Amino acid sequence: METGAQTFSTEIPTGKIGVWWFLASEIPVFGGLIVSYVLLRLGGAGWSEASSHLNFTFALANTFVLLTSSLTMVLAFAEVEAERPRRVGNYLLLTILLGVLFLAVKGFEYAGEIAKGFTPGAGIFWSFYYGMTGLHALHVLAGIVVNLILYLQALSGALQRHSHRVELAGLYWHFVDVVWIFLFPLLYLT
Amino acid sequence: MSDSVAAHAAEAHHAEPGFWRAYIFSTDHKRIAKQYLSLGLFWAIAGGLTAYMMRWQLAYPDTEVPGWGFIAPDFYNMLVTMHGTIMVFFVAMPILLAAFGNFLIPLMIGARDMAFPRLNMLSFWVFALASLILLTSLFVPGGAASAGWTGYPPLSAKPEYTGVTWGLNLWLLALALEFASFLMGGVNFLTTAINLRAPGMTFFRLPLVVWMELTAAVIFMLSVGPLIAGALMLLADRVLGTTFYLPEGGGEPLLWQHLFWFFGHPEVYVILLPGFGLILEIIPVFSRKPIFAYRPIIYSTIVAGALSFVVWAHHQFLSGMDPRLAMPFSITTIIISVPFALIVFAMIATLWRGSITFSTPMLFAMGTLSVFIFGGLTGIFNGSAPVDIYIHDTYFIVAHFHYTLFSAVFFAGFAGLTYWFPKMFGRMMNEQLGKLHFWLTFVFFNAVFIPMHVVGLGGMMRRISDPTQYEFLRPLQPLNQFITVAAILLLLSQLVFVVNFFWSLICGKVAERNPWQANTLEWSVPSPPPHENFHAVPVVYHGPYEYSSGDAVVDWLPQDHGAAPKAAARS
Repeated sequence: METGAQTFSTEIPTGKIGVWWFLASEIPVFGGLIVSYVLLRLGGAGWSEASSHLNFTFALANTFVLLTSSLTMVLAFAEVEAERPRRVGNYLLLTILLGVLFLAVKGFEYAGEIAKGFTPGAGIFWSFYYGMTGLHALHVLAGIVVNLILYLQALSGALQRHSHRVELAGLYWHFVDVVWIFLFPLLYLT
Repeated sequence: MSDSVAAHAAEAHHAEPGFWRAYIFSTDHKRIAKQYLSLGLFWAIAGGLTAYMMRWQLAYPDTEVPGWGFIAPDFYNMLVTMHGTIMVFFVAMPILLAAFGNFLIPLMIGARDMAFPRLNMLSFWVFALASLILLTSLFVPGGAASAGWTGYPPLSAKPEYTGVTWGLNLWLLALALEFASFLMGGVNFLTTAINLRAPGMTFFRLPLVVWMELTAAVIFMLSVGPLIAGALMLLADRVLGTTFYLPEGGGEPLLWQHLFWFFGHPEVYVILLPGFGLILEIIPVFSRKPIFAYRPIIYSTIVAGALSFVVWAHHQFLSGMDPRLAMPFSITTIIISVPFALIVFAMIATLWRGSITFSTPMLFAMGTLSVFIFGGLTGIFNGSAPVDIYIHDTYFIVAHFHYTLFSAVFFAGFAGLTYWFPKMFGRMMNEQLGKLHFWLTFVFFNAVFIPMHVVGLGGMMRRISDPTQYEFLRPLQPLNQFITVAAILLLLSQLVFVVNFFWSLICGKVAERNPWQANTLEWSVPSPPPHENFHAVPVVYHGPYEYSSGDAVVDWLPQDHGAAPKAAARS
């Protein structure tokens, strides 16, 4: 059986290589959107005026929510390293709740804008606003689902055998956070 | 993940999977490769039929197509759209990238399976779902997508413009799912090659086809993102009322063209590189010579991959983009022919003074080479903006890209299929039928596409359903009819392959481990390889192309033979 098992060519865990390649392929998705937005905005008029109708306060609060969730995600990973499985679960739950809070605030923002008549069809700025934040929100949702699965595994004790998954989920969660760090100034602060 | 792979491997070692796990929801890379191959060949037939219907309409406008009926102009638009979509995304990609990549990468690097076998299965089933959606889109009310395979807005952005509603929405959805499938596949390819190489299999001992598949995967993964976003934006324009591409809402139709071709041109190399990889394996084996310039080929591949990101706007010289962009994009386009020229010269130098056997795979490899050189040369014409302004959107372009893509997809694809058929299915293909298939394909291919250059220079536009409507195109009609007859013969010639394929599958001569006397690791295991591939993980001592080296009794040296050539031959 010794010669039968798969051997590995590098020290890096296979899962981590996979996640990094996945993230590498995600960068052009948002990169394409952001470059399109910037180039069209540089060549067009009326974008700043449209942007001034966004709810800056909510978005700022949401930025803090998302940054805090990245902190709790890192703490979950730190507890994996410290081999304290109960706390891993608690921090995962906190991350999930902060993610849900982010989406709730975002939904509230959308509702307010649509009530004012700023629907996705209200102009090119609004197309990009809903497109970029919507795609980002879908990524947050996917991250919540991943963390939820890990949380359930933590509750059942199954996570202890696969604790490296917390780090992999964390890589993705931080990526989604970083995307927001680009979207926030581009949409709200200009 | 690593321990779960090992655990999975151990568990699979003991229990042979049942029917559903073995044939349908298989995680075995070889089975998944065959699933991709079957689906790709199915789509190739569908794509061929669309070509037949279009060619008939062009040669004999508004007559009944035998076996089908009349073709109305809007139906012709649908045929054009589907032919491109099917051939690029549902034939070339699944066969060259997914089928050969899945089959060859683990076997050639000495791995038991892909790094993520279940993700691999998921990739295939997402691709199957995309296929199902595309197939469904042909039958929905309003018809299938008919805005061209490039789907340019505003034509594609508003249902009123083409009269197609769900057909185009489903087309976009099918493409988005296909991209997602190949992204997962790309992650798997790259992770597998980075982490699952057998001991001794360094990056510079990898067979070139592995390098080509990996480069293709990287190019694909880094270029498709903007189009995934772009496709979602187009769908939103159609369904949610956004105005990304609609000038009346402040949007920009040209944006789509940039997003499309930023992916669309690298995509050409995503298809071409694996095709080249296949024949780079075949040429040294049937020349009994080491590959010429192994490392420079790898460096050229990487350079070509990097350059492929900065050539896209050569598709848009006449799009209304800033004309100052034409010169830089012309220059990069012409520069990208340098690394490809190097690879082509390396292939020719490998043949030089080799002891060449013209087996079926070798004939198809030679066909790939000669046809690609022709297509590469017309590519330099098209790449320079002053020439392109004259021939843009004519049949000259159609002829050009069929010379490059038909060579990569079909000539190289058939080369690969006939070469690895014994390994995939455990039986040899019939050589006589194979050679007949090659010569018929080669002759009729050229009979179709050489005259097409002339038709294009005569000014015939792409995507028109009836050339006789234009006074100045009427003198070209006999040539159009000649092309159509040749195209029908080209399609019929493929029946030889179909017969050979199925006949060999059932009654072909049983294949030994290494029928071609080749060096790479897949030939060291039984044909077909068992579940988990290797009895013991091999140890690699040599590069992949040690043919006719020194004083050996036999003229090849398998990668996993540790001893000196002479001893290796006796063992």
